[in-house]
Amino acid sequence: MIIGLDVGGTHTDVVLLGPEGVLARTKEVTDQENLVDTVLRGVDGVLGDIDPGKITRVVLSTTLTTNSVIRNTLTPVGMVVAAGPGMDPKLHAIGSSFHVVKGALDHRGAEIAALDKEAVKKAFALIREKGIRAIGLVTKFSVRNPSHEEAMEKAAKGLFDTVFCGHRLSGVLNFPRRIASCWLNAGVHDAFFSFSQAVKEAFRARGIIAPVHVLKADGGTFSLDAALECPGETVLSGPSASVMGAIPHSPSAKDVLVLDIGGTTTDMAVLIDKVPVLEPLGAEVGGVKTLFRALKSVSIGLGGDSELTRKGKELLIGPDRKGPALCLGGPVPTPTDAMAVLGLFEGGDRAAAFKGMETLGRDLGMETEAVSRFVLKSLCEKIRDAAFAMVEGINARPVYTLHEMLEGYVVKPEALLVMGGPAAVLAPGLGEACGLESRAVPDWGVANAIGAALARTTCAVTVLADTQRGFVRAPEEGYSAEAPIAFNMDDAIALAKKLVREKALRLGADAKGLEVEVLEAQEFSMMRGYRRAGRNIRVRAQVKPGLIRNGGVI
Amino acid sequence: MLKAKSRIGLVFFPAFDWAIDPSHPEREERLLYTQDQIFEEGLMDIEGIQEFKPDLVTDQDIQRAHFCVPDESTVTTSSHYVSAGGAKTMARELMEGHIEKGFALVRPPGHHAMRVVHGGRGFCNINIEAIMVEYLRSQWGVKRIAIVDTDCHHGDGTQDIYWHDPDVLFISLHQDGRTLYPGSGFMEELGGPNAAGYTVNIPLPPHTSEEGYLYTVENAVMPILDDFKPDLIINSAGQDNHYTDPITNMNFTAQGYAKLTEILNPHIAVLEGGYSIEAALPYVNAGIILAMAGLDYSHVLEPDYNPAVLKESKDTLQYIHKLCDRVMDQWSRRGPELSQKVFGKKEFHERSRSIMYDTDGIYEGQKEILRSCSDCAGSFRIESKSDRDWRIIGVHIPLNACPACKAQGEEWYENASGADKAYLQDRSRDLYLKK
Repeated sequence: MIIGLDVGGTHTDVVLLGPEGVLARTKEVTDQENLVDTVLRGVDGVLGDIDPGKITRVVLSTTLTTNSVIRNTLTPVGMVVAAGPGMDPKLHAIGSSFHVVKGALDHRGAEIAALDKEAVKKAFALIREKGIRAIGLVTKFSVRNPSHEEAMEKAAKGLFDTVFCGHRLSGVLNFPRRIASCWLNAGVHDAFFSFSQAVKEAFRARGIIAPVHVLKADGGTFSLDAALECPGETVLSGPSASVMGAIPHSPSAKDVLVLDIGGTTTDMAVLIDKVPVLEPLGAEVGGVKTLFRALKSVSIGLGGDSELTRKGKELLIGPDRKGPALCLGGPVPTPTDAMAVLGLFEGGDRAAAFKGMETLGRDLGMETEAVSRFVLKSLCEKIRDAAFAMVEGINARPVYTLHEMLEGYVVKPEALLVMGGPAAVLAPGLGEACGLESRAVPDWGVANAIGAALARTTCAVTVLADTQRGFVRAPEEGYSAEAPIAFNMDDAIALAKKLVREKALRLGADAKGLEVEVLEAQEFSMMRGYRRAGRNIRVRAQVKPGLIRNGGVI
Repeated sequence: MLKAKSRIGLVFFPAFDWAIDPSHPEREERLLYTQDQIFEEGLMDIEGIQEFKPDLVTDQDIQRAHFCVPDESTVTTSSHYVSAGGAKTMARELMEGHIEKGFALVRPPGHHAMRVVHGGRGFCNINIEAIMVEYLRSQWGVKRIAIVDTDCHHGDGTQDIYWHDPDVLFISLHQDGRTLYPGSGFMEELGGPNAAGYTVNIPLPPHTSEEGYLYTVENAVMPILDDFKPDLIINSAGQDNHYTDPITNMNFTAQGYAKLTEILNPHIAVLEGGYSIEAALPYVNAGIILAMAGLDYSHVLEPDYNPAVLKESKDTLQYIHKLCDRVMDQWSRRGPELSQKVFGKKEFHERSRSIMYDTDGIYEGQKEILRSCSDCAGSFRIESKSDRDWRIIGVHIPLNACPACKAQGEEWYENASGADKAYLQDRSRDLYLKK
């Protein structure tokens, strides 16, 4: 049996899954100050009398990292960076103590300027003087040659409690994002460590011995221990839980829009043949652009609790939430009140909803029921516009080869899957607004927790070979070897697949049915003069985000 | 959070799966290290910098600038449609007000492609700037455009297309044609009878470096632009003046290119040549993008940058100063007076020339007749014959053609005979006919 928990901003959804489906479900109020307690209440809520020894797997999403960034409560981090030609690295300053040292590598990983080790030592001393115990070490082009970061790491030994290097977190080029990601990892590490220890101890105390996984922004999971090596990857795992929850109900070979309608916001994402579309570079959270792999998701300020106001004769929905709906004791009318008036939402004080909608209707020159219908129609149309804009954005992504340009896949949603509180009520209206087949996901209230429970372990690896300079490297994996002049694309692909498989197993993947695919494979002949001087090969492989097989559930 | 001073748009299309042939300078690897550098710098993440996917140009877009023999798809590849399309994308985003400046980093280049196209010249088949300029003029009604070609090779194709048009000012800075392909671009090439002086060639001596180049920009190019008052400035941004370029002899630098971009302040820059793919392009392009965005580029330095070693000799600088004086003097005499002096006063002007297509090994002979006109750019008729046994007649009626030139052009097309194909490029009606 599997327990899935989606720890959200307001509520935590929890399910217990058996081979035949959902055995128990619960919703707990999230205590942001004590997430461990929230997790335990959730587990207790679904476990009941069941023997904890029968639990084979626990997966949880957590808001810990996202909140730390948004609330700016990361622990202080000292950053030491080496850049070389290009933008002034000081423009990327982040953290409590930012230091630029001399040392530079070029785009092929060749050393342009030696690392100034004295300057590194000085920077470390200044960071320590401030009482900072965590550092991030980043050099430009370290994903082509990690030697400068490794040298700094060696020098940092014994001086700091937490040390993160840029080259291990992603093989993707982007120096400013590498700096920000490294800073975020180092800054959230302590809080994540405490959280993971507390969760482990509490589970042990309850007799749960199953491996515990954490959901990542890309919709995959990794073990609680592996998460400590890159805690930043757990940002935005909430939206990814929703998308994973939609996958079992998504038709094959179709493009599907997933809409998760909450109280304050609606999250939207796209599935192509049951596989979520990813962000090209990585997650952006609280204005911080990172290299953490993430699902492409867009969040807009429209939901069941959005404030309804007017500007002249124009109806405004959101983006603020002033509290719950009038019918649930809130201060202002909301779409939920419109549903209550129309008899689509039961429970709560229907009279209060009626009164609020009546006033709004009068101001807009409409009957109470008419304005309620108008509110829901407008809400659906606004969500449609945002969703279509997101799809347009995905289709407008730049491409770099003729093949992609001429044969490029164009996303064209053919169906809607709706989840979240008002899913059942809004699914038909959304379908009508979008002109698409539309339905609410079964178990729409806890589908996100099911998504978390069934998400498989994912990871990616980049392999680079330069036969002119005679090396093949996968810096993320600490892999470096000599490449013979005959090293070719097949060799690079085989190596990338092997490394990604090993990495997945290390992160907690099940060896059975591990699906590895090549994301990118480029090979360039390097010409010097009119001679071929070697090959430049770049391969990126991944375990695709998706769901584990679990008996009859999917 | 980093923010660009102006909203700029980029099209980056390295065409990683296209080359003329595997060992050609214009090959897949060309923008590889540029991609590495601009991606690693995170330039596309800066607020105010937006990356766009290129459009594909249509045959109609190409027909506004060229007579393609026998047709567009025969003399081009898909890559050309994307490359010109990238330039068009920047033009459209600019005109729609989404961006204030644009840079199309595309390949293959285009500035050696002339009005008539039988094949490839100097790695160019179709002229991507001219196609963009004609799109801007016909679809957006832009009146006056200045093209400043800073590629190290003379922009002979662009010169040819705007030779007769006083509304499109063409300025080319390049290594002296006595020392480099295509062997043209002398000061005496100053435009046709109806546009005398509106083609400005500035042949710079080999080994010109930052000081001489920027002196020319400040003392010739900018004053000319101030006089001409274009609605838009386009930069044919070739990057082969770099001191590491394998097929030229200049000493320009990434810092120089960034400063040049800052001074020139073009609305749209379109990448042309540049074959030092590893030592120059990554730095030059990063410098240009930062300069366009109004961000600090002072740290964009080649690993072996040493301005003292690259500096021009005194003699070279003196030569450049004099050259600029001569250019300004010629510019001050532009128009009918200069035309009469150079071409005399005639109702029709005729010229014959031969053109070599070095990339495809084609020889072409041309005979051109132009109607002398003070009311419009003048209609002209080209008879062109290639050693691939194509004989065509191309008739051009300019944008804003006067009634007399219009009538003349139509008559030429009607009476065209003795050719395999005849084309009418009627820009006044945005029409292209074939027979």
